[in-house]
Amino acid sequence: MDITSLKGWEMKERLLGKEISSREILSAHLDMIDRKEKDLNAFITLDREGAIEAARKVDAKLQRGEDLGALAGIPVALKDNILTKNLRTTCGSRMLENFNPPYDATVVRKIREADGVILGKTNMDEFAMGGSTETSYFGNTRNPRDLSRVPGGSSGGSAAAVAGHETPLALGSDTGGSVRQPASFCGIVGMKPTYGLVSRYGVVPMSNSLDQIGVFGRDVKDAHMMLTSVSGYDPLDATSSKKAGRDISLAGVDSLKGLRVALPEEYRNLRITGDEKIQERFRETVKVFEDAGAIIDYVSLPSLEYSLETYYIIMSSEVSTNLSRFDGVRFGYRTENYETLDELYTNSRTEAFGEETKRRIMLGTYSLSAGYQTENYKKALRVRTLIKQDYERAFRDHDVILSLTAPMLPFELDSMVNSPVDMYKADLYTVPVNLAGLCAISVPMGDVEGLPVGLQITGPRFGDSTILKAGLGYERVVR
Amino acid sequence: MAIKTLIGLEIHVELSTDKKMFCNCRNQYGADVNTLVCPVCLGLPGALPVIDRQAVEYALRAGLAFDCRIADVIRMDRKNYFYPDLTKGYQISQSDHPLCSGGYLEIEPEAGPKRITLDRIHIEEDTGKQLHTEDGTSLLDFNRSGVPLVEIVTNPDMNSSEEAKLFLEKLRNTLKYIGISDVRMEEGSLRCDVNINVVDEEKGTKTSVTEVKNLNSFRSAVKAMDYEEARHMKLLNDGESNVKETRRWDEVAGETIIMRRKYTADDYRFANEADITPIPVDGEWIEDIRRSLPELPHAKKMRFMEEHGLSEYDAGVLTQSQELAHFFEETLAHVKDAKLLGNWMMGDVLRRLKDEDKDFDEMPISSKDLAELINLVKEDKINNNTGKKVLREMFETGKAPEDIVKEKGLIQISDEGELEKIVMETLDVNPQSIEDFKNGKDRAIGFLVGQIMKATKGKANPQLVNKLLMEKIKER
Repeated sequence: MDITSLKGWEMKERLLGKEISSREILSAHLDMIDRKEKDLNAFITLDREGAIEAARKVDAKLQRGEDLGALAGIPVALKDNILTKNLRTTCGSRMLENFNPPYDATVVRKIREADGVILGKTNMDEFAMGGSTETSYFGNTRNPRDLSRVPGGSSGGSAAAVAGHETPLALGSDTGGSVRQPASFCGIVGMKPTYGLVSRYGVVPMSNSLDQIGVFGRDVKDAHMMLTSVSGYDPLDATSSKKAGRDISLAGVDSLKGLRVALPEEYRNLRITGDEKIQERFRETVKVFEDAGAIIDYVSLPSLEYSLETYYIIMSSEVSTNLSRFDGVRFGYRTENYETLDELYTNSRTEAFGEETKRRIMLGTYSLSAGYQTENYKKALRVRTLIKQDYERAFRDHDVILSLTAPMLPFELDSMVNSPVDMYKADLYTVPVNLAGLCAISVPMGDVEGLPVGLQITGPRFGDSTILKAGLGYERVVR
Repeated sequence: MAIKTLIGLEIHVELSTDKKMFCNCRNQYGADVNTLVCPVCLGLPGALPVIDRQAVEYALRAGLAFDCRIADVIRMDRKNYFYPDLTKGYQISQSDHPLCSGGYLEIEPEAGPKRITLDRIHIEEDTGKQLHTEDGTSLLDFNRSGVPLVEIVTNPDMNSSEEAKLFLEKLRNTLKYIGISDVRMEEGSLRCDVNINVVDEEKGTKTSVTEVKNLNSFRSAVKAMDYEEARHMKLLNDGESNVKETRRWDEVAGETIIMRRKYTADDYRFANEADITPIPVDGEWIEDIRRSLPELPHAKKMRFMEEHGLSEYDAGVLTQSQELAHFFEETLAHVKDAKLLGNWMMGDVLRRLKDEDKDFDEMPISSKDLAELINLVKEDKINNNTGKKVLREMFETGKAPEDIVKEKGLIQISDEGELEKIVMETLDVNPQSIEDFKNGKDRAIGFLVGQIMKATKGKANPQLVNKLLMEKIKER
């Protein structure tokens, strides 16, 4: 039996049935990592010792007959912008190449408490800025489905690790699609929960009004298990919600019958519709929903037309302030080349930030500057409100919205690095979800030209349970 | 004269809350460097701020005490700039939506009461502190990082350093009354910047505003304003145009020194602080805070005039601080004579404290002891002069007045028989004075009283001495 081909929940069942030990699960994955990492480069830092120690504890607990947590013995990989105490956390940047955090993020604490086994930290676009994991200071990650192609991004390392069977579960972060798009590119499940459902404490922010921790698994059940292990109100994060919806259950769903599905009309008329074959696959998938008893309806979300511009202004504005603390004074990279304070700041940041990071800091600085702020930042905030209202209207009589996750197939390495605007445009299906604080999940809908494509199921705020159930229903129909 | 000075103030007040504004670190002055820090106030990556309710309530107390309009929703913003003592590259502050706007404070210059209006009061976090060493390196202490502040901004309603000083005193007094700050300038819990310029209202000309920083006491603030007023007057008279600039007060040189010229407004690239979701301020919360406010200085003064029959001046002095007013009323409960007590407090007690450069909260005498002393005088057990001597002794030794009087045998001689004897003896040995008195020289009486006091070591009841002396001298 190849342990690494099991789903996380299957591993847990066998562990609790004492068919396999936590150490065996871990060894299988460490072997896989040893075999594949030179091709994939999914991890920036591995924590073998920490993982072995955690697995040993789980086995000991099991032997003593103690209760085990929800992630008992299951390997988990963490995107490298999630702080781990005394385990290097780089954000894919030279700036934090040697940064050892003095504390654990809340989600990390929860994984440890749930008896999960943390394998290490995965590669990502620098400070989560990018859609291909190519802006990382620590080299490209390759797509396990086709090593000549990117895994997507920014959480490309986590997605590749799950798709490449280096781990069953992983966490990423999703600011404008950074979990869903790599899930689509790698042919796995990736979910961005409702803003406020998972604590951001200890997650290095990129754009703090949009960032949300997201989860990866090879099926919906795994994504659900990962999500429920880390979600919940956190008094250390003022934006985490006390609201209901915490009971994210999969119970009571067998089919898509009666599911009220909305399709945004605006996506029919888009100029960049991407590959026609991908669109065709999407239409077939909608048909699958319809045949399974879902009620399909078109809705209009007029403000979607402005979502990319709105996203790039708000995101870059927040980036410019969130990344100000990396100044070479207290932690992180410090230049050796300075006389004055200004040189210390300028040279540290010039030497340690990559090109895409600098580009977004400059965009954001511009959008917030006096004289430009009203027509950029403040206007974008108003449009954001309109986008939220459009969605609220659509969800009044629909359960979910279906769309593609990304308008393109995973592209060749280095093929897009000089086309930042084209890269930005590829976010059109994912960014509105972050702007409105909604939840969305990307589930594989088969291959096109031998490469995976993802279906995005979007739900209202705290409709996390609904989209998981819809995803599960779809999985069952097509299996 | 048509030339008018315009002064506006920006005052930063550290709130004396238990915790820092966005984390659970203690808010305390004077701890060992970098001992009151955590990931949040150090601005470590990933750490998030959670606003402290007490800090908001303290700021709301100020807003209510100064009659401000209170915002419906608290929104925080990021003020972006780079500085080593600023951990995150931005300060969490408020831009377009201050917690409190408008409001006023009334001052009482000689010309009569005047309202100084406020532009706004907003809440923000303090920064760390830079320590410059002798070898030229700079060290950073982040104990102060994240301590809650209110920034109080006035309109340019003050027309002299005197008015500004009265405003600052009243402000400090009120902030102390409502218990939201230690307001100690020397510890930096109250910091003041001055904006000043002059206008010629006839000609319609004016100088550009200068901002003066580094004012470490009210005294240096006054000196700096006077210095700047003169400098601006000269600029205006000479017809020179100046640009907006920031200057620093040099206490030693007694002058302001230019720090930078401001050709354009500072651009802090304010952005929403999305880590803190907007907090609604409901009416019930406001009413709870309003009810918890103590009696404010002005109301207390009016009450002192009405209830205790004090003059406006006396009531003003006695309500200068809450401690003083409280002490007065506590003592009054035992003395029952507001005028008499007022004289003692404003005369000997406050003068003594002022001479020793002490605040009233350092007053070494209890209200009970002071009441006892005044009652000894009131009941003629000691005379007024002895009373003052006993008070000095109380200040120095902290002993109870009864003990001092007993120890030193200072009880007043009010026994008519005993005093009569001394009066007779004094008259016997001073025939010349009797002669002088009869020849219309009233001064002779003073001399005779002095002799009697000398003979009794000052303990004779002065009224009785006078009475007996007049009686006996007429019999001669």
